[in-house]
Amino acid sequence: MDAYTDKIKEISKKILSEGKVDVVIGFRKGTLGYMSEPYMAKSEKEAENLVFDCNCRMNLVNYVTNRKDKVGIVVKGCDSRNLVTHIIENKIKREQLYIIGVPCTGLADKKALLDLAEGEITSVEDDNETITIKGDGFEKKVAKSDVLQSNCKTCIKRNPVIFDELAGPEVAELEISDRFADVDEVEKMSADERWNFFGELLSECTRCYACRNACPLCYCPTCFVDESRPQWVGKSDNETDVLTYHFLRAFHDAGRCTDCGACEAACPMDIKMRYFTRKTIKDCVEKYGSEAGMELDKRPALDQYKINDPNEFIK
Amino acid sequence: MEFVGLEEDRLHFSWISSAEAVKFADVAKQVAEKVKVLGPNKKFVKRYPTKDTE
Repeated sequence: MDAYTDKIKEISKKILSEGKVDVVIGFRKGTLGYMSEPYMAKSEKEAENLVFDCNCRMNLVNYVTNRKDKVGIVVKGCDSRNLVTHIIENKIKREQLYIIGVPCTGLADKKALLDLAEGEITSVEDDNETITIKGDGFEKKVAKSDVLQSNCKTCIKRNPVIFDELAGPEVAELEISDRFADVDEVEKMSADERWNFFGELLSECTRCYACRNACPLCYCPTCFVDESRPQWVGKSDNETDVLTYHFLRAFHDAGRCTDCGACEAACPMDIKMRYFTRKTIKDCVEKYGSEAGMELDKRPALDQYKINDPNEFIK
Repeated sequence: MEFVGLEEDRLHFSWISSAEAVKFADVAKQVAEKVKVLGPNKKFVKRYPTKDTE
């Protein structure tokens, strides 16, 4: 990972000094050992702070929406697909971007790291194979594959689909045998079981909207949950309001979600809201044969009409 | 909506032109029949606290 960090620094300094970009959006070490935070480097000196490791869980495409300046941005495979969607949806122009692609070997699950730690974590080192967790009086090594975020285990695109320069050699794509096993599991339940399952899943939700704010797809000037004229959904932690929020957010992201996992990583209550978005991904793949953000000239599945679109549900 | 646990016959979609009065009536009858079988909806109903629940 240090090689990635060095290369990102090198590219960032080069494009900043040449005036190709006004800012590089990347990551720097966070105040907690197991978190890296989004960082905007505006000078060569600031570019020295940039890092990349298995703690870069946020999706930086969130910060390019509607920008007018020239932007350098560090993207993982999934983020690069969001960048494609952003370009298609006219949220940023390709010419404004200098894309530093990171061939990604996956991110470490925040909760898995915390569970392994025997105290406060001061640093997490990642060499693409092994993760070393260091803290107050302990040091632990684990295989990276054992602590991967769940979305990284079913990742279909580790290498960026769009980039100007790569921070390292391309990595082998994963071979996934059962991509939607978790969604299938839920689909097998009866209607009542499903209803109870999701009620339980969302029972801890405090409506903090961290999942929405972490999501690059959620860029509406006024989100439907914040609107008060008309008020589409109640603002309390009433069970029905919470369900409405999560269902509707999934519908808004349908056909555009790349399963980057930023929503779950941002959730302070550890709620697995990706069940909803993953169902929409599964449907788009099965019904329309469409994956979000793979090509610049292919609009999202629900944004286009084809004469042979499935329509059995309309009577 | 079925994925999150709503019964299969609760939600209906149809494409009816304003000129298709007969089709509208037919669909409305079919929907009513199916929903009658299911009974009153218990899911996705917002309940405000009442004296009884407090």
